[in-house]
Amino acid sequence: MTTTTPSDRARGQAGNNPTERAGSRESAPPDAPRGEDPETVLTVEGLDVGAGTTQLLHDVTFSIQRGERVGLIGESGSGKSLTALAVMGLLTEGLAAHGEVRLAGRDASLLGASESRMSRIRGRDMAMIFQEPMTALNPTMKVGRQVAEVMTQHSQADRRSAQRKAVQLLDRVGLPDPAAVARSYPHQLSGGQRQRVVAAIALANDPLLLVCDEPTTALDVTVQALVLDLIVSGVQERDAAMLFITHDLAVVATVCERVLVMYGGRIVEAGPVADVLGNPQHRYTQGLVAASDLERSRTDPGRSPLDTIPGNVPPAGKFPDGCVFRNRCAFATKACEQLPPWTPRGEHPAGEHASGYACFHPVGSDRDE
Amino acid sequence: MSGRRINAPLVVGGLLVLLVVIMALVSYVWTPYEFKFLPVPKEQPPNAEHWLGTDRSARDVLTQILLGARTTLFVGVVAVGVAALIGVPVGILAAMSPGRFGQLIMRGNDILLAFPALLLAIMFSTLYGGGTTIAMIAIGIATIPAFARITRSGALQVINTEYVAASRVAGHGPLAIAWKHVLPNVTGLVIVQASVSFAIAILAEAALSYLGLGTPTGEPSWGRMLLESQNVLHRSPHLAIIPGAAIAVAVLGFNLFGDGLRDYLDPKLEGR
Amino acid sequence: MLLRLAQRFLVLLASLLAASALVFAFMQVLPGDPARVALGMNSSEESVDQLREQFGLDRSLIVQYADWLRGMVTLDLGVEWVSKAEIAPQLIDRLAVTGWLVITAMALALVVAVPVGTWMAVRHRHLDGVVLSAISQIGVAVPAFLAGIILITYFAKRWQWFPSGGWVPPAEDPLGFLSRLALPAVALALVQASILARYVRSAVLEVLREDYLRTARAKGLRPMQALTRHGLRNAAIPIVTVLGLQLATLLIGAVVVERVFVIPGLGSFLLDSVASRELITVQTIVMVLVAAVLIINFLVDALYLAIDPRLRTGGR
Repeated sequence: MTTTTPSDRARGQAGNNPTERAGSRESAPPDAPRGEDPETVLTVEGLDVGAGTTQLLHDVTFSIQRGERVGLIGESGSGKSLTALAVMGLLTEGLAAHGEVRLAGRDASLLGASESRMSRIRGRDMAMIFQEPMTALNPTMKVGRQVAEVMTQHSQADRRSAQRKAVQLLDRVGLPDPAAVARSYPHQLSGGQRQRVVAAIALANDPLLLVCDEPTTALDVTVQALVLDLIVSGVQERDAAMLFITHDLAVVATVCERVLVMYGGRIVEAGPVADVLGNPQHRYTQGLVAASDLERSRTDPGRSPLDTIPGNVPPAGKFPDGCVFRNRCAFATKACEQLPPWTPRGEHPAGEHASGYACFHPVGSDRDE
Repeated sequence: MSGRRINAPLVVGGLLVLLVVIMALVSYVWTPYEFKFLPVPKEQPPNAEHWLGTDRSARDVLTQILLGARTTLFVGVVAVGVAALIGVPVGILAAMSPGRFGQLIMRGNDILLAFPALLLAIMFSTLYGGGTTIAMIAIGIATIPAFARITRSGALQVINTEYVAASRVAGHGPLAIAWKHVLPNVTGLVIVQASVSFAIAILAEAALSYLGLGTPTGEPSWGRMLLESQNVLHRSPHLAIIPGAAIAVAVLGFNLFGDGLRDYLDPKLEGR
Repeated sequence: MLLRLAQRFLVLLASLLAASALVFAFMQVLPGDPARVALGMNSSEESVDQLREQFGLDRSLIVQYADWLRGMVTLDLGVEWVSKAEIAPQLIDRLAVTGWLVITAMALALVVAVPVGTWMAVRHRHLDGVVLSAISQIGVAVPAFLAGIILITYFAKRWQWFPSGGWVPPAEDPLGFLSRLALPAVALALVQASILARYVRSAVLEVLREDYLRTARAKGLRPMQALTRHGLRNAAIPIVTVLGLQLATLLIGAVVVERVFVIPGLGSFLLDSVASRELITVQTIVMVLVAAVLIINFLVDALYLAIDPRLRTGGR
């Protein structure tokens, strides 16, 4: 861990030294507020994504700081994965992104960056773990080579030492007999083992930012917690920033410090996990939290079932104008035909978009009860 | 969720197939001339009297093209009909027979698959001296495995569904299940295969006639026109290009129609 | 892996045996007297009987079949009925000619089809991809012998750049060999390239949708790098199947193209034997062609094992 890698350089430019960070990491638990000035790793500003005339993401704005783990929640079809892919610059052909995506140490926006520039950043400064471990690995290439490739690709290591490092990485993500795993093909591993391999690939070059798109959804319940643990500890060890997409509120509560709530391609609420999940302001978040409580009430018949959100998520591009949630919202009024402004909630060091909501009739307002 | 969509290959292919069908139908009521040697100059290029020219025996080319469409369609219909009538039941039988027997059928099928249509037709022509009927039957037999295969794969998907299991529990026999559940579900696949096989049959017939083993002299056939034109091509290339284009149009039509139909019936597969 | 290969080999042997029985049945069991067919309908009863005796056609079918099988295995196939020429040496010479033609055509077709098909897939939403795709559709619809006729008309007859046909062995006159190989090989390759390009296109399109290609991009591979390093090997799996099937159709296409270019290959041998009603020769050539198809299928299976590790180690 003493060699200086290009990604270390990127951090170095931003005024931080890897050994210092390692020291501070051990002394301060990751959940505790940091004494040092928070340093922004990822800034997304006014991100719009559209397919032809259909707009899929609207004005998505958020930022993530070093060492911060931010959740992105919402029903399927709300635009979570699209946000992740736009950040990575991996949107499929036919989708166009506008706005700004900036990574620490790089001045220009990543949107519209050349493919060769993006490919130098991807896999080194930012990495991604996907939802489907069963299909995320090349079935015709040995696992060790697939891990080593991400290091040789970025000239972090020559072929031989990359192969050796790959085995070390496989060991560190908790795979038993890593040398044997490196020699095997993906189909010889279980889903949980494959997701560990994917995590090893993502963490290989010590990225500044790790994007996780429902990394445990496809796994057995018994394996989920183990894989989550290794991802979180991997991120903590590296003091990396993390964007964690999930629809599982319980997972967000354990993994993340801050959470963004997405619906209809917009961020409708954001803030520290305790605030947003414990005391939601936006009516959509309220419904989401209530729906997850419903699961619990089933096992506890003494509690009365709470309302789930009525109706279904509309298909892409068919969300109403103004407040995207108003056609499913019991509190919607004429006012909601206008786009609700962002209402900051409390002071947050990362700015007004880090905590707040966009709702005309937040929980606790006049029409409640 | 996404509905069936009319696609470009389906439309273009359908129109080309329609063109060939119309040519064949028109030939029953009208041809510019009779199909015989005319008292006119030979090897005329296309002109006002003979829109597509005349061949080396002073026969009108357009007349032959129209009549040839009839032969082409006839061969295709009979060959594909033979193949489907045998191949579809065989495929269903193979899918519904448990274990060894089903496998044995498919092994036999694989061996027949090693006999290309043209080869089988050439072989048969040694014994029976060629001719349209022999060609059609040979092409048909060689096409059976394609139908058996596609039918079996479609049938297997249906047979493993719960509603077929339910139907079985309800006491329906294998024949009833084959008729009520399996057949309707493989129809689409079979029609697509028929379209593709039709194109292959046209190509095989053209090749056979070109070799002098298919449609006999004196009967109009596009492949035969190519054979008869071969020695005069350096001065009259249109005598090869016109029937060649007719063959290509028919084959293209059926291929596109089959592709388009597959996409139409299964939108998930579009573009593959 | 070796077990699977051995298993496949046994299936090949069984298939060859079954196919030979089928060929024999088609030729012998079906109505018609081979000796009379060979000598023509107007031949005298005596000469027919004589031929029958001379070639053992009066023996039981089982004995004839066994004899024929033994002949093919030992390459002792006897002589032709009418010309009395030895069959086996001719068969080998002509097989070599057809082999040159088919392998050259397949190589040409592959060299064109893999890059063009990949391009068609990568650019399938763009005009150039669509236009190429349309051209390949038309290419599929043009039979190889028609392409041959048109090539002869222009390149041999009109412009006289190439000889219009014939054959010289490569050892005798390398340049003459190449100039005579060019047109028929191109005629066969044009159609094959169109067909293969379409299969390559769909295989690559499929691979482009795969998650592991996105993983490769996320690792920092450029789109083309991701496709060549991770995509093509996977795309090769369906393409290899098609390659086997196409090699078989190429072999049969060669039968007709050899006639167009007057090439003394297996196809011409077959057609000449058909014309002179040499039943045993026809039967043997058909069997050689069918055997070639079956052996190609076996090789394709073996190639699978090399490409797809999932098959090698079992399980999926």
